[in-house]
Amino acid sequence: MEFAELIKTPRVDGVVLRRPFMPTVEGTLCLTGHHLILSSRQDNTEELWLLHANIDSTEKRFVGSLGTIIVKCKDLRVIQLDIPGMEECLNIASSIEALSTLDSVSLMYPFFYRPLFEVIEDGWQSFVPEESFKDLESMTDEWRLSEVNKDFSVCPSYPSLLTVPRDIDDESLCKAASFRHGGRFPVLSYYHKKNGMVIMRAAQPLTGTNGRRCKEDEKLINATLCAGKRGYIIDTRTIAVAQQAKARGGGFEQEANYPQWRRIHKAIERSNVLQDSLIKLVEACNDQSHSMDRWLSKLEASNWQSNVKEILTTACLAAQCIDREGASVLVHGTEGTDSTLQVTSLAQIILDPACRTIRGFEVLIEREWLQAGHPFQQRCAQSAYSNGKLRSEAPVFLLFLDCVWQILRQFPCSFQFNENLLIMLFEHAYASQFGTFLGNCVAERGKLQLSQKTVSLWSWVNRPQELERFLNPLYEPNNLVIWPSVAPQSLLLWEGVFLRWNRSTKCLDEAYQEMVHIIEYNKELQNKVNSLRRQLAQLETEDKMVADLK
Amino acid sequence: MEHIITPKVEYVKLLNTYPEKKSALGTLYLTATHLIYVEQTNNNTRTETWVLHHHIMSVEKLPLTASGCPLLICCKTFQLLHLLFQRERDCQDVFQSLLRLSQPVKEEELYAFLYNPHQNEVDRRQGWEFISVANDFSRMGLSNEYWEISHLNKNYEAALCRCSQPLSGLTSRCVEDEQMLQAISQANSNCPFIYVVDTRPKLNAMANRAAGKGYENEDNYSNIRFQFQGIENIHVMRNSLQKLLEVCSMKSPSMSDYLTGLENSGWLRHIKSVMDAGVFLAKAVCDERASVLVHCSDGWDRTAQVCSLACILLDPYYRTIKGLMVLIEKEWISFGHKFSHRCGHLDTDPKEVSPVFTQFLECVWQLSEQLPCVFEFNERYLIEIHNQVYACQYGNFIGNCQKERLDVRLHEKTFSLWPYLLKNQHLYRNPLYRRSLESTVLRPSTLPLHFKFWCGMYNHYDRGMHPKQSVLDQLLSLTQKQVEGERTMTELQRQLAVADGVLPDPSGPINTPAEQDGPSEKTPTAPVVQSNGSCAPLINGDAEEAGPGAEKCNEKEGADPGATEHDLTSSEDKPVSVETEHSKEEEQESS
Repeated sequence: MEFAELIKTPRVDGVVLRRPFMPTVEGTLCLTGHHLILSSRQDNTEELWLLHANIDSTEKRFVGSLGTIIVKCKDLRVIQLDIPGMEECLNIASSIEALSTLDSVSLMYPFFYRPLFEVIEDGWQSFVPEESFKDLESMTDEWRLSEVNKDFSVCPSYPSLLTVPRDIDDESLCKAASFRHGGRFPVLSYYHKKNGMVIMRAAQPLTGTNGRRCKEDEKLINATLCAGKRGYIIDTRTIAVAQQAKARGGGFEQEANYPQWRRIHKAIERSNVLQDSLIKLVEACNDQSHSMDRWLSKLEASNWQSNVKEILTTACLAAQCIDREGASVLVHGTEGTDSTLQVTSLAQIILDPACRTIRGFEVLIEREWLQAGHPFQQRCAQSAYSNGKLRSEAPVFLLFLDCVWQILRQFPCSFQFNENLLIMLFEHAYASQFGTFLGNCVAERGKLQLSQKTVSLWSWVNRPQELERFLNPLYEPNNLVIWPSVAPQSLLLWEGVFLRWNRSTKCLDEAYQEMVHIIEYNKELQNKVNSLRRQLAQLETEDKMVADLK
Repeated sequence: MEHIITPKVEYVKLLNTYPEKKSALGTLYLTATHLIYVEQTNNNTRTETWVLHHHIMSVEKLPLTASGCPLLICCKTFQLLHLLFQRERDCQDVFQSLLRLSQPVKEEELYAFLYNPHQNEVDRRQGWEFISVANDFSRMGLSNEYWEISHLNKNYEAALCRCSQPLSGLTSRCVEDEQMLQAISQANSNCPFIYVVDTRPKLNAMANRAAGKGYENEDNYSNIRFQFQGIENIHVMRNSLQKLLEVCSMKSPSMSDYLTGLENSGWLRHIKSVMDAGVFLAKAVCDERASVLVHCSDGWDRTAQVCSLACILLDPYYRTIKGLMVLIEKEWISFGHKFSHRCGHLDTDPKEVSPVFTQFLECVWQLSEQLPCVFEFNERYLIEIHNQVYACQYGNFIGNCQKERLDVRLHEKTFSLWPYLLKNQHLYRNPLYRRSLESTVLRPSTLPLHFKFWCGMYNHYDRGMHPKQSVLDQLLSLTQKQVEGERTMTELQRQLAVADGVLPDPSGPINTPAEQDGPSEKTPTAPVVQSNGSCAPLINGDAEEAGPGAEKCNEKEGADPGATEHDLTSSEDKPVSVETEHSKEEEQESS
């Protein structure tokens, strides 16, 4: 096996593991092809199993012959390994480094992982576009499923099946695709049952400096408007950024060519800016030597909370256009694979109660992120401790999850799932035994044969044993549109992710358990009361029958 | 009443904090005690906003606009009212009336002297005797109160004592004082020294020396360990709150404006300094078993804050609803925190006003956020106490020291707040409170990132900013349902026993639960019980699907559970300003 040559020292005894808020563990460190394992070989002590893929960066230090490796993980945890022996330490460090930066996707753990559970429902088959189209068909006949992209030649980052206006033929779609960045022509993202308005998404139009236009593109999006109705184009970039994009062949929809549309510019940051924001935020959270002023100033300077606010505000705007103005919306930024997806998916959580169930949320992530071509592999290659040269890493998905958490915090009874599901998705997007978040688009996943060679995250999540952990005990289904507040006072730092390793969770866990306990106890009480009522009613009926017989 | 120029003004607009929300049109009333705004709505519902005159911190006439004459009312409860009058004359009249009404000159003008919560003299007396500081000292096992002892660690005999700064100046000393400290030190055999904690920043204490005051010289006192804590003075705190409130009332601030404003206000830094000092005291008493003597300059502001906080950290009793009352009565009221001055009850020196007590309440709230199961009360209790401190509806927080209270015969002329709070304690319960945790000393984190902005307090009246569904309400209603459920179960079990013939007489006394009903029998107890630990018998019961009768107890978002209609005529009983509103199904303040 090819990993063997990367592992110079597979095993070291007498290694000490230090983690904040956890007892120190001394034991044996083992390196396998995909894991770093530390075990005290005693009962009742927690073993550490760390995926190499979860390691973001390492640092090593020496004091005499005692070496220390600081391992910084993509899930933001920082652990320290004290390794006796300089050579062992150097070997371990270089092995970890090599194993955590494997270039080839097919060497990743999901291709080697064999589940210890029986796959009852195969997650790879759980979400088929035809299924969601059936739902749509039952509500409207304005849309059709197009196979124009079945060999991924029209748009490499789109799936093979796309929902488009019924009256637009495939030939027009191809022309519209050639007018949009990366071929991402406008497609249906969401249909609002209440009033028939829709959210569409696309990439920027390639108007360039000479104001190119495309009749088919205009026709395509106009086809989604009712007669005499106006729609909104939400460009996630500022007008200045959109203007600059023209020089590189991109641009935005000119009023003259799209008279039925009103364009609104928002200011969601581009991915490299977001990555910088994450790095600064995590650095601020990890430095415990701050004074209050320094902490608040660093929190502000990281801009993370500003990014959350801007994304949520834009999503609210899209939802408002749909539900309040009764107007359809087209959302795009530059490539249509990042800020666009944040906005369309969050708007759906606000508008559509189905997205607030576990299954609905999975469908949303599958449809609006995985199939819509968010480049997970590129974006999640490195996390907050990345110190090398960054290519296209960005916490776009993490910001989306953060925004969902903000809405969940403001509407704690409206979601079927709890915070744990969001944290779990963050972890698995960055490092996982499952194949779901590998690859950058549907076409790539097909080439990698993920559905045959790896296990889907959903196969695991949807097992009843696992689901339990993600259920919100306070959930009461609620069919309303839920409007979150975006006032700065209403948006908190997501402690569950950013302070997760910097605090003891004992008290918060106890509080959660207590809450679950109250709710469960009440349910049991109600059941008991109901069963007693039935017993009593039965006895009374029997008595009556006896009396009647007499 | 002679101060009210116009008792009623019609067609007054109440502007909303969020510009995009429609402003209300209604009628403004001035009564002897309240400002009342009644909103006219089309669908025959009345929305009333009540503001107690004593709650008004400032009234300001803003420059005339095309749409009318604006009047801005800022309250000590952090409520802001932005009114718009059609006629300048009305605005001026209301302005002048409120200026006078919100600034009583004599104690006798305070609401408490005319408020009667339908109690007779016996109730009144009992109410005042309900919380007794002497009882608390005996509870701690202390026979005399020669010293102002805040807390006694029973196991270790370490004591927390308080006083004011020594008048040491640059050179002077007092042998008796030195001997006294020695005596405290010797009373505790576990530790060879005592801590003397000066809660002020060192610079301030040194400046005081020049004025003949100062701090203990370690050379003169044997076996003391001297420590500064760095809590700023009342003036710094007042300005800090002012800046914080400016941040809270910004219209559509960016995240950056808000965070920068929060930092520049210094508010959380001050809260942290109080918390740090409290934690230091608790650690000294608990971990080092050392006695501690605490002082600041006068011994009634910072000293009160940190001693009461340390008491909460050390002693679970003070984390209960009644315990907090005792603590406030002891550490704040009886030790002479100058409530009248600090809260600006009367028209006096504005430089004496300072949010010292508010900071203490916030520290308790910060603790409850970190440690959600250790307090018997919830956030609303703290906010209610805060509002009552400023309301002057009950006599507890009137006056600056015990002597002043005796002089105005508070106990004969006013009522005590505590019975009122106790009567409503079901509203203030923390459903997550676990008695099993009660014996522990609290060890909160004081890292900056564990302090939060208290939106529920400082933006209390900006409903749109708060979570639209309340976990607290949900859990409170569940605990209520639990009591009813347990009662119903007992009754059903009794009926079954009768039907089965185990119990002889169906017309038997209803209140006697059948003893032979087995282990699942649970006698219903007082209003809200803490019996969450007792579900074991139920698990054995047959777990069946909830029948169709199982009711839902969900509060849809936006619905205000406390919203009730109030009639102007039945206003005597109104405790404080209550904003009643009928929210729509969806609330939106983003755009």
